[in-house]
Amino acid sequence: MPFHHARLPNGLTVVGETSPSARSVALGFFVRTGARDETPAEAGLSHFLEHMLFKGTPRRTAEAVNLDFDRIGSSPNAYTSEENTVYYAAVLPEYLPQVTDILADIMRPSLRPEDFDTEKKVILEEIKMYDDQPGSVAGEHARRIHYAGHPLGNSVLGTLDSVSALTRDQMHGYFGRRYAANNILLSAAGNFDWDRFLGLAAEKCSGWNTAEVGRTHRTEAPPAGGLHVLTREKVQQQYVLFLAGGPPADSKLRYAADTLALAVGDDSGSRLYWALIDPGSADSADCSYYENDGSGVVYASYTCEPEQTEGNLAVVRKVLAEVQRGGITADELKLAKTKIASRLVRAAERPMGRMQAVASAWAYTGEYRDVDTELANYDAVTVADVRAYLDRYPVDRCTTVAFGPAEKLDGVAGRPA
Amino acid sequence: MPVHQHTLANGLVLLAERMEHVRSAAVNILVPAGCANDPPGQLGVASVLAEMISRGAGDRDSRELSLAFDGLGVDRDESVGVFNMRFWGSTLARNIPPALDLFADVVLRPRLPDDELEPVQALALQDIQGLEDAPQQKVMVELRRRHYPDPLNKDRRGRAADIEALTPAAVRAFHRRLFRPNGTILSVAGNVEWGPLVERVERLFGGWGRGPEPDLAPAGHAPKSEHIPKETAQTHIALAYPSVPVGHPDYYAARAAEGVLSGGMSARLFAEVREKRGLCYSVGVRHETFRDRGTVVGYAGTGADRAQETLDVTTAELRKLAAGVTDDEIVRVKAGLKASLIMQDESTSARAGAIASDWYHLGRVRSFDEIQAAIDGLTPGMVVGHLARFPVRGVTLVTIGPAPLTMPE
Repeated sequence: MPFHHARLPNGLTVVGETSPSARSVALGFFVRTGARDETPAEAGLSHFLEHMLFKGTPRRTAEAVNLDFDRIGSSPNAYTSEENTVYYAAVLPEYLPQVTDILADIMRPSLRPEDFDTEKKVILEEIKMYDDQPGSVAGEHARRIHYAGHPLGNSVLGTLDSVSALTRDQMHGYFGRRYAANNILLSAAGNFDWDRFLGLAAEKCSGWNTAEVGRTHRTEAPPAGGLHVLTREKVQQQYVLFLAGGPPADSKLRYAADTLALAVGDDSGSRLYWALIDPGSADSADCSYYENDGSGVVYASYTCEPEQTEGNLAVVRKVLAEVQRGGITADELKLAKTKIASRLVRAAERPMGRMQAVASAWAYTGEYRDVDTELANYDAVTVADVRAYLDRYPVDRCTTVAFGPAEKLDGVAGRPA
Repeated sequence: MPVHQHTLANGLVLLAERMEHVRSAAVNILVPAGCANDPPGQLGVASVLAEMISRGAGDRDSRELSLAFDGLGVDRDESVGVFNMRFWGSTLARNIPPALDLFADVVLRPRLPDDELEPVQALALQDIQGLEDAPQQKVMVELRRRHYPDPLNKDRRGRAADIEALTPAAVRAFHRRLFRPNGTILSVAGNVEWGPLVERVERLFGGWGRGPEPDLAPAGHAPKSEHIPKETAQTHIALAYPSVPVGHPDYYAARAAEGVLSGGMSARLFAEVREKRGLCYSVGVRHETFRDRGTVVGYAGTGADRAQETLDVTTAELRKLAAGVTDDEIVRVKAGLKASLIMQDESTSARAGAIASDWYHLGRVRSFDEIQAAIDGLTPGMVVGHLARFPVRGVTLVTIGPAPLTMPE
């Protein structure tokens, strides 16, 4: 696929992969900012700001933003993670100029005080909504404990208290600091003309400011370790997570980590599947690798009835210890690669999938990797690469967090949560 | 893309859509063995069968079968709907023919060994238990249970006591009784060749003997509203009222009504409930269809202190729709429907699912042009006319949360 990239004089990076047979074009602004870039007093601010971007600009009211997106049949969306805030949409090719105009416009929001106050209520509802989802609560606790003071453990949502206390001025200050052109990447994939698109991007975004932007704490977080039991009586199932260190996004070891995680915890035919799901002792089990800027993480997890928690804990510890000691077999490696190849090819059939993959690769490594390059990278992983990854980031040296009704686990007493 | 269709002598319908711009393909098999068929005292048996069915089939035991699917890069899933059990798989197009061999084993020759029942029962019980931790899903299950007549109101999860009492013989009997080619729809979408596909499916499924069709006519029923007390952070509000099914002359008007209410960020419910008042994070309605009826189902979740206001505003918006819809609203609805129609062509799974669903509901597959023309033909008058014929009436309201709500007059 033809790939293009450019940098505007103000520092905005623009990347694109064109595919003339695609039915749509997807584009997105990737801002290199998230929960990890917040001070404690700003907890939840990145995510709140993401909502505020849809609340209007000097050219558009909040209502006009929504109307304009809907008139071209785009379904815009956005998300905030620990380190990225992303605004994206897919449209039919003829609407590329309109969608570029709207997305670029909302990237310079008005942040009107009355909208700020109304949207704060929505955020507080969102926090309550996730509080009713134990899997989400367990994940928040697990990251906070595992990262032990490293900003990657910051909560994306923040808390009812931290968000209630946020002010419009704080948001304005954070916006100026983080949403400078040189901290943003614009990515497009699908059926579009690169030169025309670059022209649009220059026309809409050239007025954006340039600033000193950076990020502290790009160091690898050592796992906090230990078993942490958090008790909430009214929860029915027990949610247990194991967080181990992993290679950062720009490490070649990421392919080995991703492949190993799949062999250990995919939803079919994996070690955890046979150890927990097949015998019916847990109703979900997973192991996944997440790349992060400077400090990756490998998550294993299971959900089960409270009575099974103790037994399952021993089973997972044994699986992780065995994997750490012996790695995975050549057959397991081959199978994992086959699955990854199948998934990569299918995800790439949608411009939305490519737009995100191209942006992520470029943002983290400054590389363009087309689908075949990425397939070759996975195909090249050897048993020795897996060993090298495990030696560097032992998968059994993890922080274990249990959330649910259990009041005690493996001799550790629960704390209310 | 033209959709190929072939009916086997035993009644099985094969559908395929060739998508030359992709490297993958997806298989979707609908077998008429959904949970509506769960016999009294065995609620949940269809789900237990769906979980057990891939634990060994044909010449392969559970591990060998899993390895065989994984070796072809097949991501797959078995799920239980009200009327159909669905087998889905997706991988590179060149691996679809051998994957079909495996699916034929699973559907026709599952081993259903005695010793797999206990673990599967444990999973099924956890599925029921897990719903308690997901009030947003639970409220929809409880809504359907009260809104629809039997057997449309059955939930795939079944009942704990029934699942505990199941025997291997009962699971095998369910498979023997319900799995049949007449009523089964096998669809494939992606970069596949039609000729060899017909040959293979004939060879794999041609010898499957027809079976009797159960009577699943809905019983007489009066929908019932209810509040389910629970100490949750939010009050979860679910509601349902009658609409029209796909194939009804009003169908596209009903979908347009859904779009005006919930089709995008400028749609009425999002604008009035969330954007203007900040009452909710989640609010919306969705049109859902069985063969004989369509239904609008809605959801909103909000703090207990603002739940009544949320219900009042939501209900007022639903009722106000009959008073008029603007041209601009219809322009936006059309743009959204058209974009999703065209972008469906980027997903082999979406297309395999869509052509099977059309055949199940309509006995034919709607062409792209037909749907496009119907979307283009939408007018505000059609939506208002539809709401005059099918007003918001007979609303079933189910809530989960600390306190009950009152349906506004």
